[in-house]
Amino acid sequence: MAASMRVTVRLFARLRDVVGETELVREIPPDATVADVWQALAVEWPAVAAYGASLSCAVNADYARMTARVEDGDEVAFLPPVSGG
Amino acid sequence: MAVSRFTITREPLILRALVEAVLEAHHDDARATGRPSPGAAASFVGLVRNENAGRRVLYLEYEAYEPLALAVFERITNEVNKRWPEVVLGIHHRIGRLDVGQPSVAIVASSPHRAEASGACRYVIERVKQIAPIWKREVFDGGETWIEGAVADPEDEAAAAEAWRRACA
Repeated sequence: MAASMRVTVRLFARLRDVVGETELVREIPPDATVADVWQALAVEWPAVAAYGASLSCAVNADYARMTARVEDGDEVAFLPPVSGG
Repeated sequence: MAVSRFTITREPLILRALVEAVLEAHHDDARATGRPSPGAAASFVGLVRNENAGRRVLYLEYEAYEPLALAVFERITNEVNKRWPEVVLGIHHRIGRLDVGQPSVAIVASSPHRAEASGACRYVIERVKQIAPIWKREVFDGGETWIEGAVADPEDEAAAAEAWRRACA
Protein backbone atom coordinates (compact mmCIF):
# COMPACT_ATOMS: atom_id res chain seq x y z
CA MET A 1 0.00 0.00 0.00
CA ALA A 2 1.29 3.44 -0.92
CA ALA A 3 2.49 5.68 1.90
CA SER A 4 0.33 8.48 0.61
CA MET A 5 -2.41 9.11 -1.91
CA ARG A 6 -2.78 11.79 -4.50
CA VAL A 7 -6.08 13.61 -4.97
CA THR A 8 -7.24 16.39 -7.24
CA VAL A 9 -9.02 19.18 -5.40
CA ARG A 10 -11.56 21.26 -7.35
CA LEU A 11 -12.67 24.66 -6.10
CA PHE A 12 -15.55 26.81 -7.27
CA ALA A 13 -16.90 30.35 -7.05
CA ARG A 14 -15.80 32.24 -3.93
CA LEU A 15 -13.60 29.39 -2.71
CA ARG A 16 -11.69 29.41 -5.97
CA ASP A 17 -11.25 33.18 -5.70
CA VAL A 18 -9.93 32.90 -2.13
CA VAL A 19 -7.39 30.22 -3.04
CA GLY A 20 -6.63 31.57 -6.50
CA GLU A 21 -6.63 28.12 -8.14
CA THR A 22 -9.39 26.09 -9.79
CA GLU A 23 -7.59 22.82 -9.30
CA LEU A 24 -4.87 21.53 -6.96
CA VAL A 25 -3.15 18.18 -6.65
CA ARG A 26 -2.32 17.22 -3.09
CA GLU A 27 -0.76 14.27 -1.28
CA ILE A 28 -2.85 12.96 1.60
CA PRO A 29 -2.31 10.11 4.05
CA PRO A 30 -3.99 6.74 3.51
CA ASP A 31 -7.42 6.44 5.14
CA ALA A 32 -7.98 10.19 4.77
CA THR A 33 -11.52 11.51 4.56
CA VAL A 34 -12.93 14.49 2.67
CA ALA A 35 -12.77 16.40 5.98
CA ASP A 36 -9.01 15.69 6.17
CA VAL A 37 -8.54 17.11 2.66
CA TRP A 38 -10.48 20.21 3.72
CA GLN A 39 -8.43 20.59 6.93
CA ALA A 40 -5.19 20.44 4.95
CA LEU A 41 -6.56 23.10 2.60
CA ALA A 42 -7.52 25.32 5.53
CA VAL A 43 -3.99 24.99 6.94
CA GLU A 44 -2.51 25.98 3.59
CA TRP A 45 -5.03 28.83 3.07
CA PRO A 46 -6.33 29.97 6.49
CA ALA A 47 -8.77 32.32 4.73
CA VAL A 48 -10.88 29.35 3.55
CA ALA A 49 -11.45 28.02 7.09
CA ALA A 50 -14.40 30.37 7.59
CA TYR A 51 -16.26 28.65 4.76
CA GLY A 52 -16.14 25.23 6.41
CA ALA A 53 -19.50 25.76 8.09
CA SER A 54 -21.42 26.31 4.84
CA LEU A 55 -19.80 23.81 2.53
CA SER A 56 -20.93 20.97 0.31
CA CYS A 57 -18.51 18.45 -1.10
CA ALA A 58 -18.38 15.92 -3.88
CA VAL A 59 -16.12 12.98 -4.63
CA ASN A 60 -15.71 12.09 -8.31
CA ALA A 61 -18.59 14.40 -9.26
CA ASP A 62 -21.02 12.82 -6.83
CA TYR A 63 -22.25 14.58 -3.68
CA ALA A 64 -20.56 13.10 -0.62
CA ARG A 65 -20.36 13.60 3.13
CA MET A 66 -17.30 15.15 4.77
CA THR A 67 -16.83 11.80 6.53
CA ALA A 68 -16.49 9.93 3.21
CA ARG A 69 -13.20 8.07 2.69
CA VAL A 70 -11.05 9.24 -0.23
CA GLU A 71 -9.15 6.93 -2.56
CA ASP A 72 -5.97 7.49 -4.52
CA GLY A 73 -6.75 9.40 -7.71
CA ASP A 74 -10.11 10.77 -6.51
CA GLU A 75 -11.39 14.19 -7.48
CA VAL A 76 -12.58 16.02 -4.37
CA ALA A 77 -14.67 19.16 -4.95
CA PHE A 78 -15.56 21.80 -2.38
CA LEU A 79 -18.71 23.76 -3.14
CA PRO A 80 -19.78 27.04 -1.52
CA PRO A 81 -23.55 27.69 -1.20
CA VAL A 82 -25.11 27.43 -4.65
CA SER A 83 -26.97 30.12 -6.58
CA GLY A 84 -28.11 28.64 -9.87
CA GLY A 85 -31.34 29.52 -11.62
CA MET B 1 -31.55 15.97 -34.57
CA ALA B 2 -33.08 17.22 -31.36
CA VAL B 3 -30.99 18.93 -28.70
CA SER B 4 -30.19 17.09 -25.48
CA ARG B 5 -32.84 17.51 -22.79
CA PHE B 6 -30.20 18.20 -20.11
CA THR B 7 -27.43 20.67 -20.84
CA ILE B 8 -25.05 23.17 -19.31
CA THR B 9 -24.11 25.52 -22.12
CA ARG B 10 -22.34 28.77 -22.92
CA GLU B 11 -24.69 29.31 -25.87
CA PRO B 12 -27.92 31.35 -25.64
CA LEU B 13 -30.89 29.28 -24.48
CA ILE B 14 -33.64 28.57 -27.01
CA LEU B 15 -36.85 27.57 -25.24
CA ARG B 16 -38.47 26.29 -28.42
CA ALA B 17 -35.64 23.78 -29.00
CA LEU B 18 -36.08 22.45 -25.47
CA VAL B 19 -39.87 22.16 -25.85
CA GLU B 20 -39.35 20.18 -29.06
CA ALA B 21 -36.77 17.89 -27.45
CA VAL B 22 -39.03 17.16 -24.47
CA LEU B 23 -42.12 16.53 -26.61
CA GLU B 24 -40.20 14.32 -29.02
CA ALA B 25 -38.90 12.23 -26.10
CA HIS B 26 -42.41 12.07 -24.63
CA HIS B 27 -43.98 10.96 -27.92
CA ASP B 28 -41.23 8.35 -28.40
CA ASP B 29 -41.89 7.02 -24.88
CA ALA B 30 -45.65 6.99 -25.43
CA ARG B 31 -45.25 5.01 -28.67
CA ALA B 32 -42.83 2.55 -27.08
CA THR B 33 -44.78 1.93 -23.88
CA GLY B 34 -48.41 2.57 -24.80
CA ARG B 35 -48.60 5.26 -22.12
CA PRO B 36 -50.55 8.48 -22.81
CA SER B 37 -48.98 11.07 -25.09
CA PRO B 38 -48.41 14.62 -23.78
CA GLY B 39 -51.49 16.78 -23.33
CA ALA B 40 -49.66 19.71 -21.77
CA ALA B 41 -46.22 21.28 -21.65
CA ALA B 42 -45.28 23.87 -19.04
CA SER B 43 -42.14 25.94 -19.19
CA PHE B 44 -40.12 28.15 -16.89
CA VAL B 45 -37.48 30.61 -18.02
CA GLY B 46 -35.26 32.40 -15.50
CA LEU B 47 -33.93 35.79 -16.64
CA VAL B 48 -31.19 38.12 -15.49
CA ARG B 49 -33.00 40.90 -13.62
CA ASN B 50 -31.75 44.50 -13.65
CA GLU B 51 -31.78 44.84 -9.86
CA ASN B 52 -31.00 42.69 -6.84
CA ALA B 53 -31.16 43.65 -3.16
CA GLY B 54 -31.28 47.33 -4.08
CA ARG B 55 -28.27 47.08 -6.43
CA ARG B 56 -28.36 47.97 -10.10
CA VAL B 57 -27.21 44.78 -11.82
CA LEU B 58 -24.94 45.18 -14.86
CA TYR B 59 -24.45 41.49 -15.67
CA LEU B 60 -24.05 38.05 -14.09
CA GLU B 61 -21.22 35.58 -14.53
CA TYR B 62 -22.37 31.95 -14.07
CA GLU B 63 -20.22 28.90 -13.51
CA ALA B 64 -21.05 25.24 -12.89
CA TYR B 65 -19.42 22.01 -11.82
CA GLU B 66 -20.73 20.50 -15.02
CA PRO B 67 -20.63 16.71 -14.49
CA LEU B 68 -22.23 17.05 -11.06
CA ALA B 69 -24.79 19.57 -12.35
CA LEU B 70 -25.89 17.10 -15.04
CA ALA B 71 -26.09 14.33 -12.44
CA VAL B 72 -28.22 16.62 -10.27
CA PHE B 73 -30.57 17.31 -13.20
CA GLU B 74 -30.98 13.54 -13.53
CA ARG B 75 -31.55 13.21 -9.80
CA ILE B 76 -34.25 15.93 -9.83
CA THR B 77 -35.89 14.16 -12.77
CA ASN B 78 -35.95 10.92 -10.77
CA GLU B 79 -37.53 12.76 -7.84
CA VAL B 80 -40.28 14.09 -10.13
CA ASN B 81 -40.83 10.72 -11.82
CA LYS B 82 -41.18 8.97 -8.46
CA ARG B 83 -44.28 11.09 -7.83
CA TRP B 84 -45.38 11.60 -11.43
CA PRO B 85 -44.00 8.81 -13.67
CA GLU B 86 -45.73 10.25 -16.73
CA VAL B 87 -43.87 13.59 -16.65
CA VAL B 88 -41.01 14.17 -19.13
CA LEU B 89 -38.49 16.91 -18.28
CA GLY B 90 -35.83 19.02 -19.88
CA ILE B 91 -33.44 21.42 -18.13
CA HIS B 92 -31.02 23.78 -19.88
CA HIS B 93 -28.78 26.06 -17.81
CA ARG B 94 -26.50 28.67 -19.27
CA ILE B 95 -23.07 29.62 -17.89
CA GLY B 96 -20.62 32.41 -18.65
CA ARG B 97 -21.47 36.11 -18.88
CA LEU B 98 -25.19 36.89 -19.09
CA ASP B 99 -26.48 40.40 -19.60
CA VAL B 100 -29.68 41.80 -18.12
CA GLY B 101 -32.72 40.26 -19.80
CA GLN B 102 -30.99 37.10 -21.00
CA PRO B 103 -32.35 33.67 -20.04
CA SER B 104 -30.15 31.81 -17.52
CA VAL B 105 -32.26 28.68 -17.15
CA ALA B 106 -35.01 27.01 -19.16
CA ILE B 107 -37.17 24.16 -17.86
CA VAL B 108 -39.86 22.25 -19.73
CA ALA B 109 -42.18 19.62 -18.27
CA SER B 110 -44.64 17.70 -20.39
CA SER B 111 -47.42 15.49 -19.08
CA PRO B 112 -50.73 14.02 -20.18
CA HIS B 113 -52.39 16.63 -17.92
CA ARG B 114 -51.66 20.27 -17.07
CA ALA B 115 -51.49 20.04 -13.28
CA GLU B 116 -48.49 17.70 -13.26
CA ALA B 117 -46.71 19.62 -16.05
CA SER B 118 -47.04 22.89 -14.19
CA GLY B 119 -46.21 21.39 -10.77
CA ALA B 120 -43.15 19.56 -12.08
CA CYS B 121 -41.85 22.73 -13.68
CA ARG B 122 -42.11 24.63 -10.39
CA TYR B 123 -40.56 21.77 -8.42
CA VAL B 124 -37.60 21.59 -10.77
CA ILE B 125 -36.69 25.28 -10.49
CA GLU B 126 -36.91 25.11 -6.69
CA ARG B 127 -34.62 22.04 -6.64
CA VAL B 128 -32.19 23.58 -9.14
CA LYS B 129 -31.82 26.52 -6.79
CA GLN B 130 -31.36 24.21 -3.80
CA ILE B 131 -28.93 21.59 -5.06
CA ALA B 132 -27.50 22.28 -8.56
CA PRO B 133 -23.76 23.09 -8.28
CA ILE B 134 -24.08 26.37 -10.16
CA TRP B 135 -22.98 29.81 -8.97
CA LYS B 136 -23.48 33.40 -10.09
CA ARG B 137 -21.24 36.37 -9.52
CA GLU B 138 -23.17 39.61 -9.70
CA VAL B 139 -21.48 42.63 -11.23
CA PHE B 140 -23.44 45.69 -10.18
CA ASP B 141 -23.12 49.44 -10.31
CA GLY B 142 -20.38 49.96 -7.70
CA GLY B 143 -18.89 46.50 -7.27
CA GLU B 144 -19.29 42.76 -7.59
CA THR B 145 -20.21 39.89 -5.31
CA TRP B 146 -20.75 36.13 -5.35
CA ILE B 147 -24.38 35.27 -4.73
CA GLU B 148 -24.62 32.46 -2.20
CA GLY B 149 -27.95 30.76 -1.60
CA ALA B 150 -28.53 27.28 -0.26
CA VAL B 151 -25.89 24.94 1.15
CA ALA B 152 -26.49 22.11 -1.32
CA ASP B 153 -27.57 18.87 0.34
CA PRO B 154 -29.56 16.55 -1.91
CA GLU B 155 -30.41 14.29 1.05
CA ASP B 156 -32.08 17.13 2.98
CA GLU B 157 -35.69 15.93 3.00
CA ALA B 158 -37.01 19.16 4.48
CA ALA B 159 -35.70 21.08 1.47
CA ALA B 160 -37.30 18.65 -0.98
CA ALA B 161 -40.55 18.82 0.99
CA GLU B 162 -40.49 22.62 0.77
CA ALA B 163 -40.00 22.39 -3.02
CA TRP B 164 -43.01 20.02 -3.25
CA ARG B 165 -45.06 22.37 -1.09
CA ARG B 166 -44.36 25.26 -3.48
CA ALA B 167 -44.94 23.07 -6.53
CA CYS B 168 -48.32 21.87 -5.35
CA ALA B 169 -49.58 25.08 -3.76
